[in-house]
Amino acid sequence: MEEPLFADTEELRMLADTVRRAAREKIAPLAASIDEKGEFNREVAALFWDLGLMTLTFPPPYGGMERDQGTALSLAVEEIARHCASSSLLLIIQAVGSFPIIHGGRPELLEKLLPRMLENRELAAYLVTEPSAGSDVGAIRTTAAMDGGEYVLTGTKVFATNGAVASVYAVLARTSAAAGRDGLSFFLVERDTPGLSVGRIEKKLGQRGSNTAEVILDEVRVPAGNLLGKEGKGFLLAMKDFDMSRPAVGAQALGIAEGALAEMVRYARQRKTFGKLLCEHQMIQQIIADSATLVEASRGLVYRAARLFDEGQRNTKLASMAKVFASDAAMKITTDAIQVFGGYGYMRDFPVERMFRDAKLTQIFEGANQIQRLVIAREILKETA
Amino acid sequence: MIRLTEEQKITVDMVRKLADREILPRAKELDEQSLFPEHALNLFSELGLLNPLLPVEYDGSGMGMLMLVLVLEEIARVCASTALLLIAQTDGMLPIVHGGSAGLKKKFLPRLGGNSRLLTALGATEPSAGSDLLGMKSRAVRKGDHYVVNGQKCFITNGSVADMIVVYAYTDPGRKAKGISAFVVEKGTPGLTYGRNESKMGMRGSVNSELFFEDMKVPAENRIGEEGDGFVNLMTTLSMNRVFCAAQAVGIAQGALDEATRHARERIQFGKPIAHQPVIQSMIADMATAVEAARLLTREAAALFDEGDAGRGALFGGMAKTLASDSAMRVTTDSVQILGGYGYMKDHSVERMMRDAKLTQIYTGTNQITRLVTGRSLLLS
Repeated sequence: MEEPLFADTEELRMLADTVRRAAREKIAPLAASIDEKGEFNREVAALFWDLGLMTLTFPPPYGGMERDQGTALSLAVEEIARHCASSSLLLIIQAVGSFPIIHGGRPELLEKLLPRMLENRELAAYLVTEPSAGSDVGAIRTTAAMDGGEYVLTGTKVFATNGAVASVYAVLARTSAAAGRDGLSFFLVERDTPGLSVGRIEKKLGQRGSNTAEVILDEVRVPAGNLLGKEGKGFLLAMKDFDMSRPAVGAQALGIAEGALAEMVRYARQRKTFGKLLCEHQMIQQIIADSATLVEASRGLVYRAARLFDEGQRNTKLASMAKVFASDAAMKITTDAIQVFGGYGYMRDFPVERMFRDAKLTQIFEGANQIQRLVIAREILKETA
Repeated sequence: MIRLTEEQKITVDMVRKLADREILPRAKELDEQSLFPEHALNLFSELGLLNPLLPVEYDGSGMGMLMLVLVLEEIARVCASTALLLIAQTDGMLPIVHGGSAGLKKKFLPRLGGNSRLLTALGATEPSAGSDLLGMKSRAVRKGDHYVVNGQKCFITNGSVADMIVVYAYTDPGRKAKGISAFVVEKGTPGLTYGRNESKMGMRGSVNSELFFEDMKVPAENRIGEEGDGFVNLMTTLSMNRVFCAAQAVGIAQGALDEATRHARERIQFGKPIAHQPVIQSMIADMATAVEAARLLTREAAALFDEGDAGRGALFGGMAKTLASDSAMRVTTDSVQILGGYGYMKDHSVERMMRDAKLTQIYTGTNQITRLVTGRSLLLS
């Protein structure tokens, strides 16, 4: 199934074609073992660097797309997630983790850091979530105190994707006693800085090939120049990051859903019950029709949200809508895909149970869907005030 | 509406405490390492729970369907795999109890009475016969005083650990449903071999096996009922099995609801426990409503069977299975959602419950099949 893409420029079309082929030929064969091993796969990371995908959202001199970065990211993520959600998460996190650096870092910092990241193929991670600060970002306790021209960071971050394999972290920490979100600032922290250590690696339900780690900051000293953006404006930077990342998470959910839809259609065309093919049964046709409808609706939302981001327009509402809709759709479609496979779908020999497990994360990360709905409503109330 | 008797309440209370003390602590390990719940087998046998629907004349516990449903719910609340052990055990006895001749019953049922640790299984599903059971290819050919059986079965719960398996095979393929017969096959029967045990997404503490029959010789006296009685016999067992599956789904959903409730009260975000957030309250309300509705329908179906109304019991049982399993899927998915990132991690039990719940939408008739069965029964009969 080669659905029409929202790739309406030559660059995007070429990107989508390249990624599609690579995903099908190189990633798909690895997906089951990546899940089974539950380990970060360096081969996949290397492939993404080769294809230039790890820097899609970097400034153009450092490997980024000249334009349409949000759409490009979503297209790449979607194509990869059709076959392996874990691998697509690597791309999302590279973009999310580097966003506060690229958009908040001083020119001299970027001139030094970005060429090095390209040269050494370094990964970025995003250290925001804490044990007591999940949906409630304002509850962050990690502190960054000024001391002798340096910031000293102390705290514990959890559920950090790429946490143990990244060399560059964007860390959100409290720089003032101001309550809630106002006293938060982003910092660039490098992996080898004394005081930084990686704690436990999480065992997850799905997206098991992505590395999720605890990162502990114990009096980690960074130069004042590693402050990203303005002091106290970290929350705003995080929100802007979301405007890019939420469509990408929607794209991941879309890719997972497309993968599951393709599997259920393929299986329904070959499995016979009651003397005819599964796909000839009305009950199965209803499932296929609903799944395909949700996929197409998700696609529309995802790429509209990404396009608005690329045009520099406010996309917060659509970004959240894309994320909520596509992730709920992916959960439903993957649940139903197992159903079409019946007993076989429940077995690890077939990929649909993995897709089901992978899909669940898309309802949770980058803002749980319950939070997204609050964001959507808030945006609507603002628009209509 | 079902009101539990004092006696039933006492039993439920006992099973609940037992489940919390003996079964819950092993649930994670069974799932992680795909272990058979040996400890539960011992426990059930000591308590005389391993033969729930076996009549008292064979020294069975002789409990009714309703009581069994209550027990299954309490066990599934803490470990769905362990509940499945008991369900498969019941499934393997029912065909003999319902369809066996006096001689056959006398041969096999007393072995299962009292504190017997013998396990049974029901072998119907084949690679080409899932929802479409008539698509089975196993053949049994009469040769004097025995049958020669050839074929294979798959996904058989308790298959490779069972001491006796009720096996369905065609004795007369031309007669379709009326050409299927059922046989009791004992462990160790020459020609019976075991394939692999499946690696499943959930219910990983339950054994699901491939069985192969190669010129397997089964004594003719092991046939359940007459030749051609197999399919009706199987449908009778399945109609009851759906109620057990529903009870299991209710238990899983209750377990997930309990976890979500506990987490919502403990987890502080935005300055207060998330239990104070209307969004969470609304989710918990929907989850609890789904659990209670499924529970009522399940118990109603069980009570109908106990009252001897197998027809309405089957109708309600099908509805209960569909509703309870769909509810369990939704409730467990939402429970993971309420636990957020923590819910997605293996340290917490809700991701297991979500994986476990999925099977209840599939086995003993997928929910597509149970809907068709229910719809046809309402529309066409």
